[in-house]
Amino acid sequence: MPTNFEVNGKPVSVNVEARTTLADCLRHHLRLTGTHVGCEHGVCGACTVIVDGYAVRSCLMLTAQAEGAKVTTVEGLSHDDALTPLQASFRKHHALQCGFCTPGMITTAHALLSEEPDCDADRVREVLSGNLCRCTGYISIVEAVLDARQAYKKS
Amino acid sequence: MKNAFIGSAIERREDLRFLRGRGEYLDDLLPKGLVYAVILRSSVAHGRIVSIDIKAALKIPGVHAVITAKDMPPSPPIVPMRLQPLPEFKPFEQPVLAHDKVRYVGEPMAVVIADSVAIGEDALEAIEVEIESLPAVADWRVAQRDQSLLFEGQGTNRSLTFNAVKGDADAVFATAPYKRRETLRVGRHYGLTMEPRGVMAEWDAAAGRLTVSGAAKVPFFNRRILAKQIGLPEDAIDMIENDVGGGFGARGEFYPEDFLIPFAARHLNRPVKWTEDRRENLMAMNHAREAEVDVEIACTRDGKILALRGHAHVNMGAYMRTNGAVGARNIAQFMSGPYRIADVKLDVSLWMTNKTPVGTYRGPGRFETDFFRERLLDMAADDLRIDRVEFRRKNLVAHGEMPYTLASIAPYPHEDELDSGDYQETLDRCLKEIGWADKAKLMGQMVDGRYHGLAIGCFIEGGAAGPKEMARLEINDDGTISVFMGSSAVGQGVETVFAQIAADALEIPMDRIRWVHHGSTSTVSDGYGAYHSRSVVMGGSALLDAANNFRVALNEEAAKRLACKASDVTLSEDKVSAPGGKSLPLSAFAGLTKEGAFLNKKHTYSYGAQAAHVAVDPKIGHVELIDYVVVQDAGRIINPLTLKGQVIGSLVQGLGGALMEHLVYDDEGQLLTGSLADYLLPTASDFPNLRAYVMDKHPSPINPLGAKGAGEGGMVGAGGVIANAVANALQSFKPDLRELPLTPTRVWEMARKRVV
Repeated sequence: MPTNFEVNGKPVSVNVEARTTLADCLRHHLRLTGTHVGCEHGVCGACTVIVDGYAVRSCLMLTAQAEGAKVTTVEGLSHDDALTPLQASFRKHHALQCGFCTPGMITTAHALLSEEPDCDADRVREVLSGNLCRCTGYISIVEAVLDARQAYKKS
Repeated sequence: MKNAFIGSAIERREDLRFLRGRGEYLDDLLPKGLVYAVILRSSVAHGRIVSIDIKAALKIPGVHAVITAKDMPPSPPIVPMRLQPLPEFKPFEQPVLAHDKVRYVGEPMAVVIADSVAIGEDALEAIEVEIESLPAVADWRVAQRDQSLLFEGQGTNRSLTFNAVKGDADAVFATAPYKRRETLRVGRHYGLTMEPRGVMAEWDAAAGRLTVSGAAKVPFFNRRILAKQIGLPEDAIDMIENDVGGGFGARGEFYPEDFLIPFAARHLNRPVKWTEDRRENLMAMNHAREAEVDVEIACTRDGKILALRGHAHVNMGAYMRTNGAVGARNIAQFMSGPYRIADVKLDVSLWMTNKTPVGTYRGPGRFETDFFRERLLDMAADDLRIDRVEFRRKNLVAHGEMPYTLASIAPYPHEDELDSGDYQETLDRCLKEIGWADKAKLMGQMVDGRYHGLAIGCFIEGGAAGPKEMARLEINDDGTISVFMGSSAVGQGVETVFAQIAADALEIPMDRIRWVHHGSTSTVSDGYGAYHSRSVVMGGSALLDAANNFRVALNEEAAKRLACKASDVTLSEDKVSAPGGKSLPLSAFAGLTKEGAFLNKKHTYSYGAQAAHVAVDPKIGHVELIDYVVVQDAGRIINPLTLKGQVIGSLVQGLGGALMEHLVYDDEGQLLTGSLADYLLPTASDFPNLRAYVMDKHPSPINPLGAKGAGEGGMVGAGGVIANAVANALQSFKPDLRELPLTPTRVWEMARKRVV
């Protein structure tokens, strides 16, 4: 099924089987392997990408549903030269260990902070509660996101 | 220059790739010609295989093969045990494919190889399996009747009973002034990793070489097993470690798939990859814990613990897996924990049942015994009307009693002793940090509709298991240095901590340590891997030895070229110098390499205390953690940032096991928790108030670093402390709290039955 959409600012055209999820399309067809698949039933959040500004489970979305959409993955939130303030904050707070849930944490936190740069700790926890991490115990992730808020403030 | 990277909170090197989504995990690999494996698993817990008809599946376009036991004459190979490989366990080991019987839901029966996972899954539907059901054995109490036998030839479902003995407990009990006997249970949960397991194998027919990606934890040992099973010399197999999405004891042991995928790759002469899905993971990865103990404590009336005795029963699942006996064995040996108990007698029976086989999960046997012991201590303190804190203080092994001998264990004896420490210190610090004295008035009180409770417990964490570990240093072409480690990465940050250790040992800047390679069988001549919190102690100490050997070799070589004495050569940053200023860049010695090793039979014991302040809502059974403190002394700390990460991370896994995580089966051996919607894991909003304090006052005397394994302690104490805090909160109900996990339903039930 031919589908046209935008990934990380670049137009892409894919022709995948109708049953192909957006996660599998990103990983296997577009070779953007930063998006991880941890459960394939929408609970763990490792596959979270940003679709038209919203944090979305790419394992629950079919590729065809992305027609015309703007998709951002962790690769699109990264630069070669340096870590972004959000990434640097994760590193500073030791908010990752094995790194498998990390891309989903970064995309989810980015979507949150882009909309709500003044969110409080409870709000961060509420939003991140849809992303499972098995290594860190979350304390450091919440601290990292809170500490990165400054970089998202408009003024 | 004297470095102090060791002990500094250095930000991790690994993070630079993980944060950008540039980690390379097994499922990211996509070699040319790759085909995919999917596995047909039994949906019946116990039965005799009558037939497996693969004809229809083979006709599906895109299906390359369906491998069954018939492809492995005379019968599929058996996965041998890695730890405690006793002859008694042999008959209970698992074949890589079921051929005569199936013994648990999820047991592999066939492997489909197809052009895509989706086609492979279509083919699974087309395989016709006939299984004649047999009565399922789901519980150890059913198993011990020996009516339905998993292994008929054995005549019993019991694979072994471990005995731990110290002194003469029965004699002490005969005259003890106070005794209390309890039955306590811990449910089944497991070391769920965020990245499911995976294996990819590539067969080079011309060279006769096999490359297996997805190796983790103990690649050298696993290569030994695979080489024997598949009939290749060990050096014809490379086990390659990729980035690994969590280990926790469960990943990286040799599973049936670790044979099946390489077998398929050679069978088809094509690269074959298998990635577990989450449902498979829940039923195929090692389970853990499920144990019950009938345990009795003897004390003097003023609270001196005299003896401990009892009999524990562990539900092993269907097969003895590579490290399956560890948890049960540890229950026998570690029931006494950090306390001075002169007389101990504990038996632990291992029962085979129609559930997923068990293996180690972070704090194996220790999470269980800490719940059993600490719960029993609180019950005894209540009976004796002794303050719970003073009761513990009175019985903790004292600083002056180190090293302190633990109960000896049979069969497979391993003498063990607590190596060093001051257990009172961590207890005192924990009391201070939680604010025990101020909060004491809240115990059992209702505030705004919730009952408040407090508890504190002490724990030990074993680490640093042998045998040996190896490390190697090599000078790169650009004059930087590469470190090669037998230790494996499972997310714990070994690239950073080994770079810290190497830079300190060589007294050079950390950025001169360009690469830290680890975990693949090609890195060092022999290695072992990461388990039992051993990487820092074993790998780190091997690295010190390698650095020493490396300096000797470098100095000798430099002395020749600089025409000076080897002892006069100095190394700084990127060059070696002779007295008088003549120097050579390190790049002039590119390729110079030296290995080192560390052997150890003794274990390190980091230790500490944990305290909880909870509020229990009797209407809905919810337990809120108002505050939770862990204090852990880990001997010499390499990186306090990553150590704290280990403590909090393992604590939250322990809290999951104490309050939420539960693999539930019905009486027919059907797993009822087959998705993450059913198997509840802690999330970011569950436990926001956790604090960890790490101390380094008492280095281990048994390794040159002075370090102690410290990746599991947070988890070890959690079950006991949470249980006692909830019991303390609900004291007016006299709760029957003898089982974990404390799910909301259980807590709610306890809070309904007020005893007047």
